[in-house]
Amino acid sequence: MGEPGLAVIGAGPAGLAATLAAAARGVHVTLIDSAAEAGGQFYRQPAPGLGARRPQALHHQWRTWERLRDGLRTHVRAGRVRHLTDHHVWFVERRGAAGLTVHALIGPEQEEPAEVRADAVLLATGGYEKVLPFPGWTLPGVVTAGGAQAMLKGGLVLPGRTAVVAGTGPLLLTVATGLAAAGATVAALVDSADPTSFLRRSRALAGRPDKVAEGAGYAGLLLRHRVRTLLRHTVVQAHGAERLEAVTIAALDRDGRVRPGTRRRLGCDALAVGHGMLPHTDLADALGCRVDGTDVYVDDEQRTDVPGVWAAGETTGIGGSALSLAEGHIAGRSVAARLAGRVPDRGEWAAAAHAREKLRAFFAAVDSVYAPPAHWAEQVTDETVVCRCEEVSAGAVREAVRELGAGDLRTVKLLTRAGMGWCQGRVCEPGVAGVAGCAQTAGRRPFARPVPLGVLARAGEDRESAGETGETGESEEP
Amino acid sequence: MNPLELARAEPGPAFTVTLDGREIDALPGQTVAAALWTAGVTSWRTTRGEGRPRGIFCGIGVCFDCLVTVNDRPNQRACLVPLRPGDAIRTQEGTGHHG
Repeated sequence: MGEPGLAVIGAGPAGLAATLAAAARGVHVTLIDSAAEAGGQFYRQPAPGLGARRPQALHHQWRTWERLRDGLRTHVRAGRVRHLTDHHVWFVERRGAAGLTVHALIGPEQEEPAEVRADAVLLATGGYEKVLPFPGWTLPGVVTAGGAQAMLKGGLVLPGRTAVVAGTGPLLLTVATGLAAAGATVAALVDSADPTSFLRRSRALAGRPDKVAEGAGYAGLLLRHRVRTLLRHTVVQAHGAERLEAVTIAALDRDGRVRPGTRRRLGCDALAVGHGMLPHTDLADALGCRVDGTDVYVDDEQRTDVPGVWAAGETTGIGGSALSLAEGHIAGRSVAARLAGRVPDRGEWAAAAHAREKLRAFFAAVDSVYAPPAHWAEQVTDETVVCRCEEVSAGAVREAVRELGAGDLRTVKLLTRAGMGWCQGRVCEPGVAGVAGCAQTAGRRPFARPVPLGVLARAGEDRESAGETGETGESEEP
Repeated sequence: MNPLELARAEPGPAFTVTLDGREIDALPGQTVAAALWTAGVTSWRTTRGEGRPRGIFCGIGVCFDCLVTVNDRPNQRACLVPLRPGDAIRTQEGTGHHG
């Protein structure tokens, strides 16, 4: 079939590992990514113009990055890999026997379209942060924990001088130590969970002694930067008129409710907050791939249930960079075998499969420890904006449930506009679901990002002008 | 310590852009958001409904909270758009399509 080969969407750890594995086995790979440089969120690189001579100071597992980066360069130079930067993919189209077409917008303006033909597609679209609402969370100065990290890694800037890092999850440790190392005063690391209980879950940990060492390393860094860690605590309110000036934190009881008389105020001009991660599943969903809960379903070869479509990394379930690497590696080898018409020998990737199994068990245990407080929604006052785009208050959502009988996210959205704005509910879905007391279902979005109407109208015109026949399967859309 | 020192950055020469006509410095490669944070600015938009201030939230292009007008183009994500010398940044009110 010649040119098309594999299109990898996302140049983070999973996408890079797959690209290297497939290219090394003779597959022509087009690596498509929205950023100006490969790396994804985990290995986000400072802009080249900033001339960072020691970017590794902002990173973990730098050697692994060097291996991925150098491998990509080698394959690009040899013509085996084409790396499309600043390409924002909005849709992957199935065209039957003609394969797949990846539709992207070229950034940063995202008005000019680009199309990539492929025989196989790997979705390595990563994840984004989940943030639950609380009074004051829309104030400037309140940022996601991952956002603070992205701005630091990419732009070498800090959200403020004095930061509180709060929420729950292992990312908070990385962010708190990262901000402190870069010169911010971290007034407190506030986690609603108690990860020390994690140490008692010896089975999952026994499989990953490296993770125990990593945890101990962070504990040492927190100590060195004099970061006060408050476990089983939560931020109940962010204060300020035009921007953040302070937060009120409080202790939680065993049931996850705020303990009376424990509220105290911490002065800060930045709050980095996060409650875990969510996979990006829009492209998979629009392709008709099975999505279990919030995760794209894959088999032991990292194949989705749609022929020609593989998935790896956070999009198949949140599990960190090492798991993403293992999944990407397996996916790349599987694609290489399948495109050559072979059934892959699973023995080839036994080591990666072993790592995948251990890491999935490890992150299942992590997930069971780091959970938001059970009764967080009780702290969300009626006046609190829960949908940031459409400025829908918690009171309006509650009214839709109590007075108007809404029982699911879709009905809440139709009645209140919560989830109907620019972000298409990606940010507010968990919060609205919690306040409404209904299940968080995966949002169905036909396109993965806003698309200009002119681009939508012209999509596919190139192939018509190229004289292709009509059997390319527009009618096969799910 | 600051992030530039931590990463031993030796950026190219700073250049000037404007925020609502006021000159601010930017470093090569920095996004609109990074330059505004460096200048001590944390909000550059007011919402359509309540007119409340907003700035960076997710930092990776997902949330659209950091929308801003750059060179008369409204609704640009400040966290994604890199600055060029002479760029004119304007705080955005509401949809950015009037005034």
